[in-house]
Amino acid sequence: MVAAAVEKPRPEPIEPSTAAPGASRIRVEGVSHGFDAPSGRLEVLENVDLDVAPGEFVALLGPSGCGKSTLLRLVAGLEPAAAGTITQDGNPITRPDPSRIVVFQDPTLFPWRTVWDNVALGLQAQGILKQEKTRVDAALCKVGLEGFARSYPHQLSGGMAQRVALARALVNNPRLLILDEPLGKLDSLTRLEMQSELVSLWQKNGFSVLLVTHDVEEALFLAQRVVIFSPRPAKIVTEVRIERPYPRHRDDPCSPACGTKC
Amino acid sequence: MSSSAIAATAPLPQEAKVVSGFDRKPPSAGSAAVVEILPTAQAASAQPRPARRPHWLGFAAAAAWGLLAALTLLWPNKPAGFEDWAYTAEFGTAAAAIAVTWALLALSTSARFSLLARANAVFSRGAPWIVVSALILALWEILTAKTGALPPPFFAPPSSLIDAYANDYARLADSTYNSLKLLLEGVLWGAAVGFTVGISIGWSRAISYWVHPLLRFLGPLPPTALLPIAFFFFPSSHAASVFLIALATGFPVAILTWSGVAGVNKAYYDVARTMGASEWFLIFRVAIPAALPQVFVGLFMGFGSSFVVLIVAEMMGVKSGLGWYLTWAQGYASYVNMYAALIVMTVIFSSLISLLFAVRDRVLVWQKGIVKW
Repeated sequence: MVAAAVEKPRPEPIEPSTAAPGASRIRVEGVSHGFDAPSGRLEVLENVDLDVAPGEFVALLGPSGCGKSTLLRLVAGLEPAAAGTITQDGNPITRPDPSRIVVFQDPTLFPWRTVWDNVALGLQAQGILKQEKTRVDAALCKVGLEGFARSYPHQLSGGMAQRVALARALVNNPRLLILDEPLGKLDSLTRLEMQSELVSLWQKNGFSVLLVTHDVEEALFLAQRVVIFSPRPAKIVTEVRIERPYPRHRDDPCSPACGTKC
Repeated sequence: MSSSAIAATAPLPQEAKVVSGFDRKPPSAGSAAVVEILPTAQAASAQPRPARRPHWLGFAAAAAWGLLAALTLLWPNKPAGFEDWAYTAEFGTAAAAIAVTWALLALSTSARFSLLARANAVFSRGAPWIVVSALILALWEILTAKTGALPPPFFAPPSSLIDAYANDYARLADSTYNSLKLLLEGVLWGAAVGFTVGISIGWSRAISYWVHPLLRFLGPLPPTALLPIAFFFFPSSHAASVFLIALATGFPVAILTWSGVAGVNKAYYDVARTMGASEWFLIFRVAIPAALPQVFVGLFMGFGSSFVVLIVAEMMGVKSGLGWYLTWAQGYASYVNMYAALIVMTVIFSSLISLLFAVRDRVLVWQKGIVKW
């Protein structure tokens, strides 16, 4: 029932057909990275090659602390890679850009701003808030929080705060959504609910997604392709394609996990 | 989210601790009474059944003020070797008027008029304080004017304060005006420069390298120690005082603003940067708002030391203001005027701090569990 096939070069994603003009292709080629620690150089990424097709949902799975999050920071442009190149639609990534938005494990909402003002952050930073106010309301609507526009972050539950963080990302119309364990701190019921919401947001908006998680089930439930990393320094061990239709169900008779590896 | 909310607002509990040390609360007797009284006061307006506790406290207040009036008017003042204390009769009459007002208020607890009901609610809250303040005034009057246990001219009865205000209000008003002008000029300069310095050393490594050691070395020096030199260097004693008040305010504001900026969650900058924020945006829309709770703690501390410098500077060299008024009154052995000036000072300084806290509550509405002043 599950067909899983990973080859190099990897085939284009099959379904759903989200390869929209609003999605980016990301190419990571031979990237290595490390930090200077007091005890010497700490290598966290070793010769990583990764390709995200436009509109593809890719999950990075690996033990915690292996360097997956560092890879996300490099793709976001928050830090330059020590070696190798990362390109977005053929252009090298040198600094952060609103077309690649990160959602962190913590919602990191600004506590001094209301929900509405938090969501408006990106538009304000780009200086287009005055003309584009309706986008803020639309983004709040997408995550079902239009009734909480005037609330402050401390008045929200964990799941609501993470939804606001999602809206804050979506308002920028990102071509790549970078999710760094965005559901890691939520209770299990909220997490399941948010996973389904993530899938439908991705299907509606058609951006590419790069998700870091250490939850195998989450990766299998959400992603079209799961890339598995080794412990630090992180190398790609293998990739699994999950060619199951969305929406997926946890109680499918044969779980995607029985797909073959290459 | 709760854990991340705590992380995001990490500097806050710290701030709360700092401020609560200075927190002035009414004695527990007062707050306990509020808890007991308020429900009954509300019940009185809602139900026809008259409340009992407000009656009792209202009459107690009326009785206390009546007692003050009676002993002021009926107990002759002890001769003190000069003319009798002025305004004794007026003080007694005023106390009697207040007693009558409380009595009427207490009688009207069951009234349906909303204005009276509201006055009653306010009154119920402060009733224990009203009773006690009458008793304190009575004790003060007895110890000074009536028995002379606290000898003149160093001690003066409360009634004589009316004398000071009535006969010297022009000089007092002028001194108050000059003090406020000098204080505000110095505080505004100090706060503005301290804030700018704090942001700069929190943001720029280069500025921090040069300014931080100076701040560490010179900051702890009490500005009052610089008074003699400042009076010598500056063209006028006014300019010297503005400088010293600014110094006193600026140091804590700079240090706490800096610590606020340094303590901002680094993830806030990442979030803003991925959305295309410029350096300007990161400073004015991320660093400064996040540091504001700390800035207000700095302002609070700065206000405190600015009051000290203001009074000392006016006592030492400035030829006007409340500090000057104190030394002037001392020179004439006119202690009544000194008490009058001290009361004006208390009212002004505590109002300024209250104003600062009101502004803070307004600016920091987003904070959870804000410290009440």
